[in-house]
Amino acid sequence: MELSSLSIKQAADGFKSKKFSARELVQAVLTRIEKLEPKLDAYLLVTSDLAERQAEKADQLIANGQLQSPLVGIPASIKDIIVTKGIRTTAASKILEDFIPPYSATVYEKLETAGIVTLGKTNHDEFACGASTENSAYKVTKNPWDTSRVPGGSSGGSAAAVAADMCIYSIGSDTGGSIRQPASFCGVVGLKPTYGRVSRYGLIAMASSLDQIGPITKTVEDSALVLNEIAGWDKYDSNCAAKEVPDYTTFLKSEIKGVKIGVPKEFFSEGVDSQVAETIKKAIVRLESLGAKIVEISLPRIREAISVYYLIMPSEVSANLARYDGIRFGGSRDKFGSEIKRRIMLGTYALSSGYYDAYYLKAAKVRTLLYQEFQEAFKKVDVIVGPTSPVPPFKIGERVDDPLQMYLADILTVPVNLAGLPGISIPCGLVSGLPVGLQIIADHWQEGKIFNLAYSYEQNYPFTEKPKL
Amino acid sequence: MKRKITLEEVKHVSTLASLPLSDSEIKKFSSQLSEVIDYNMSLLEGVKTDGVEPTAHITGISNVLRADETEPGLESTDALKNSKETHAGFFKVKAILEEQ
Repeated sequence: MELSSLSIKQAADGFKSKKFSARELVQAVLTRIEKLEPKLDAYLLVTSDLAERQAEKADQLIANGQLQSPLVGIPASIKDIIVTKGIRTTAASKILEDFIPPYSATVYEKLETAGIVTLGKTNHDEFACGASTENSAYKVTKNPWDTSRVPGGSSGGSAAAVAADMCIYSIGSDTGGSIRQPASFCGVVGLKPTYGRVSRYGLIAMASSLDQIGPITKTVEDSALVLNEIAGWDKYDSNCAAKEVPDYTTFLKSEIKGVKIGVPKEFFSEGVDSQVAETIKKAIVRLESLGAKIVEISLPRIREAISVYYLIMPSEVSANLARYDGIRFGGSRDKFGSEIKRRIMLGTYALSSGYYDAYYLKAAKVRTLLYQEFQEAFKKVDVIVGPTSPVPPFKIGERVDDPLQMYLADILTVPVNLAGLPGISIPCGLVSGLPVGLQIIADHWQEGKIFNLAYSYEQNYPFTEKPKL
Repeated sequence: MKRKITLEEVKHVSTLASLPLSDSEIKKFSSQLSEVIDYNMSLLEGVKTDGVEPTAHITGISNVLRADETEPGLESTDALKNSKETHAGFFKVKAILEEQ
């Protein structure tokens, strides 16, 4: 077995039993990156020297028996929208092409403390605006399962890198599906935690009331291991909750007898590919066979969620991106790519005098109704499941000139961000050789319930397929 | 109802957003913004929202305060490092007031 294909857990066990060193592991992954990067374009920057230094330090810790975290010596990649002190961070935009952050995101500092081996910064849609990674100002990442198709987005570089064993895990961000949808497209595990569970300090802001950082991993267990390290209160993010962080690995149990699973009929409405729907329905039958109770529910406001999202999100984008004035950092505003310009225009229009009430405020009210529907649903069920994406990975170029079609790719993931809920995507099958993701959603702060169900599914119906590269 | 965002409106919004656009972009955005806004509102207008409070922030955290104590921040040299134009330890900006 190639070292690069290991999970966090397997690699950490390998260190403990002295089967291989952190240096050997990082070499294996760097070799893998060198081989596959020309084919997949997953990275914007590879930091080999830093990774080797960190691996050496990790080997010392391992030799001294000072393994304070399961992440010590584990090679990981970071989405290039998370600032890393002294390491170029571009937000995949030309406007930040020479930006060297003077500070690090809280999440990155926590991972440094946990012993991360930093492989580099991954590609994504410019300022995380997109569902295909085609909006990067630098390169188009390819889907490892079929290089003529998109890896999803916006965290497409991260998901492709995890799927292709070009890192052991990655850190992404999710504003409307940007962790879960690429995880679905690439056949890996992507978790968007509850809004306020993980600090956003140092995450270059896209839409502040929706953005959340989370892990992209090979297994559900790895997802829990990473969340353990990155979750928790941070004085630098006022929206980060001062709530105790449980040990998420305690929820990794195969037993799901009696767990009530809500299946909203709206998750299978028109626009959802029939083969995707069949794959998800099969997964639901499997969950039922494991002892879960399936409850049909209805969340009618999901129909309007995409419209709420495409008013609120661009409004927040237009406000957040006003800071790029070319004075303190970055270039001039004509360097924004076309999707960023489109969203700034949409948002500025929706917030402008005479339209604010009709557009922004109306959307914010429907957001309340959507959240209330979820609250009602969680009185009856423990978790909600459905597809992550309505369609399998689409062809590169297929939707790029049709913003409305591109926006509809987010239809099943944006409701979760609008309601601030945690959600995961786990691989549950292939359609014509392309991965399909099962989305599991829980109430605020109930990541544990998600891990329980996802782990049970993964243990009983492991997804063992790998892309042929 | 079909909403049409005119070229003049697009130009006005681009001024508000301080976003330089080419003529072809103005034309493109006029039709694309119209399409997206029209799609969004065609769904939202049917939803009754009388008496519903808007949600700007979902988890309800409010009034996060801290003790008013100073602590070391970024060094000015670090803060200035990414600027294209500085002068004597300051950011250099274009004049916004004209001489009389």
